[in-house]
Amino acid sequence: MTRIVLPAHLRTLAKVRGEVTLEVPDPVTQRSVLDELEDRYPMLKGTIRDQVTKQRRAFVRFFAGEEDLSHQLPDTPLPAEVASGREPLVVVGAMAGG
Amino acid sequence: MSTLRVLVGTRKGAFVLTADGNRSDWTVTGPLFSGWEIYHLKGSPADPNRIFASQSTGWFGQVIQRSDDGGLTWAPAGNNFPYDGVPGTHQWYDGTPHPWEFARVWHLEPSLTDPDVVFAGVEDAALFRSGDGGQTWQELSGLRRHDSGAHWQPGAGGMCLHTVLLHPDDPARMVVAISAAGVFRTEDGGQTWQPSNRGLHSEGIPDSDAEVGHCVHHLARHPSNPDVLYMQKHWDVMRSDNGGQSWEEVSGNLPSDFGFPIEVHPHEPDTVYVVPITSDSEHFYVNVLRDAMSVDSLEPAGVYFGTTGGQVYASADSGDSWSPIVRDLPSVLSIEVQTLP
Repeated sequence: MTRIVLPAHLRTLAKVRGEVTLEVPDPVTQRSVLDELEDRYPMLKGTIRDQVTKQRRAFVRFFAGEEDLSHQLPDTPLPAEVASGREPLVVVGAMAGG
Repeated sequence: MSTLRVLVGTRKGAFVLTADGNRSDWTVTGPLFSGWEIYHLKGSPADPNRIFASQSTGWFGQVIQRSDDGGLTWAPAGNNFPYDGVPGTHQWYDGTPHPWEFARVWHLEPSLTDPDVVFAGVEDAALFRSGDGGQTWQELSGLRRHDSGAHWQPGAGGMCLHTVLLHPDDPARMVVAISAAGVFRTEDGGQTWQPSNRGLHSEGIPDSDAEVGHCVHHLARHPSNPDVLYMQKHWDVMRSDNGGQSWEEVSGNLPSDFGFPIEVHPHEPDTVYVVPITSDSEHFYVNVLRDAMSVDSLEPAGVYFGTTGGQVYASADSGDSWSPIVRDLPSVLSIEVQTLP
């Protein structure tokens, strides 16, 4: 079971509270997690990555703990802690406003 | 008695204001889609309970929301706006080539007769059509592929297609406006387009009478007189009596001929509303943006506008007197009024 933490705007859009949990087949990668996430919550298509190019949106980042995974290739296996569900994959919208 | 529904798009969500035909006591619902920019909401004339909303942020991109119950409940619709083919480039502010990139939907224009048909004007400038109630979108790429397309440049707010006028008698005829390319019209449902800027005169561009390149802020027309178009240009208020083939200035004695919105009185096709503001270096206070004015169809006519200061003002007597019907909203981006039986 893979755990995902979405930013508040996307939790509202997907009508979820707290973390999202998904069954993601091995290998667990950014791409496979986002594919499962968009299958379960199609309203999130286009909000995290481009619908056609699958490129991560510029103001969105991916973290596991304190490790920034944003610039890893989308088919790179995620850390074992994320794949196993011990740690969530955290989707972060860039902080701005100050 | 009729009911009024005012759809308000703001920088931080949408609001729905309702009142009976007396237009004196208003109920405010919202915010909907809180925290997101709502550039525009508009109801279908063919099914007024079907309302489309453009929801976006710079972080998470574009979402289209649709309500089929007059705004009580909403569901996301399709948000994929793919340019047709390889989009190529237009000109950037400095004249260098810049790739065509979708940024957001500025304006949604539902068909006058078919609730499943809706048009979207987007940034970077293009026109999309949906025939399935907003689930999927196809570009009418003849517009962007016009010979002049590679030379279009953005206005200060981006290169947006912000106005779509549908002809009341002929769905094949449309007029659109783009900042800062100007006006284009089609008579074949969007396959081919002609620039419609003859008579416009713009200081500050190399050729002040150019066929393309004018900063048109908004257009309006009255359904009883579809060949008469009105325009608020960056400077100048203009009128066309031939469906946009040529224009004449009608700024007259306005205190300023700069502004953004323009609307036509619902019962008097020759009565036009604009909001003159001083520009460009004297924007000290609030502004009224291009899609932030609308009229109802009651008698006497109601006129409504929203400000970047978060007020929505209404007049129930065709503009003779005004009062705020709500204030302290986020900055208002758009206003659309529905007059319901």
